[in-house]
Amino acid sequence: MDYFDPHIHMVSRITDDYETLAKMGCVGVSEPAFWAGFDRGTVDGFRDYFRQLTEVEPKRAAQYGIQHYCWLCINAKEAENVSLSREVIAMIPEFLDKPNVLGIGEIGLNKNTRNESIIFLEHLDLAAKYDQQILIHTPHLEDKYQGTRMILDMLTGDSRLDRSRVLVDHVEEHTVRHVLEEGFWAGMTLYPVTKCTPQRACDIIEMYGPERLMVNSAGDWGPSKPTAVPDFILEMRRRRHPESVIRRIVYENPLTFFRQSQSFRFKAREAEEAVRVVQ
Amino acid sequence: MSQPLNAAEVLGREFLEIRAKILEIAAAFDRLERSEGNVSDDPRVARLHEALKVLSEPKTDRAEQVQLVFSRPYDETWQRVMKVLPR
Repeated sequence: MDYFDPHIHMVSRITDDYETLAKMGCVGVSEPAFWAGFDRGTVDGFRDYFRQLTEVEPKRAAQYGIQHYCWLCINAKEAENVSLSREVIAMIPEFLDKPNVLGIGEIGLNKNTRNESIIFLEHLDLAAKYDQQILIHTPHLEDKYQGTRMILDMLTGDSRLDRSRVLVDHVEEHTVRHVLEEGFWAGMTLYPVTKCTPQRACDIIEMYGPERLMVNSAGDWGPSKPTAVPDFILEMRRRRHPESVIRRIVYENPLTFFRQSQSFRFKAREAEEAVRVVQ
Repeated sequence: MSQPLNAAEVLGREFLEIRAKILEIAAAFDRLERSEGNVSDDPRVARLHEALKVLSEPKTDRAEQVQLVFSRPYDETWQRVMKVLPR
């Protein structure tokens, strides 16, 4: 089954992973900007990172027939450095017209601090000013519930935002209802220990249905599995869910959400085939 | 959305997995007891016991309730407390 991984950090993965993803049916990825494992010190460090996301990764992905898209921001872990964060936010518009940029992300909270909240709101200003879609990171473990509620307070208090153009990621059992009830899209991250397993993601689908829900691997430099979405597909099949429902979650939902971005020019495999036949 | 597998099928498929996971938890608690030192005052241990209680309650939202046991509380007045002005 063709699928789209809506959240994966390919800058942290080797080229062999692109090959494996392609073999598993991955036809597209979206890569939010995130924490590199260390705090970067200068705006130029981010400028280089954004060049990697907008110039290098699309080429690396294309070698395996995978279409690569990305999101730009300074992540919440580095938001404690407010002056650097503001420099980065001011620089981001340089890249917003690049052909694979879908919007602002993954912005959010980490330890739910005042500075993180301020920088989050300034990212919302940026998204509103440039009419960008938004992808949101919710905090880890014991901070997730509190942080998700804080993020929802900030989002729902902002009348400029179109909720159907905002994806709140890393939802779990205690946060998914809040996100969906407020009209946002929700993403479930399939992480071995700290987030959702494929089994629990299937449970959430069974409880809430496939509307505005996606699954992703969030594969990065830490413990993670870039092929986690196929694991989810297999678990759904083992539970005898129809192929149409599975396809909706792993393919149609991401496309529906991303198509709201002006830069999203995804070509389905069938469409490319049809063009070749006509030619 | 409906769940295609019935209860008997779910149990048949998952009995051994559930058994194995309960054994892992039991063994982890035994390991804690056998280890030198005492962590009974550590608030994390209290949370583990609280989570175990949730498991034995006949509900359909145990996973959500366990998540909340391990979550920091949300204060709806946080914006006022932190002096963060909404947009």
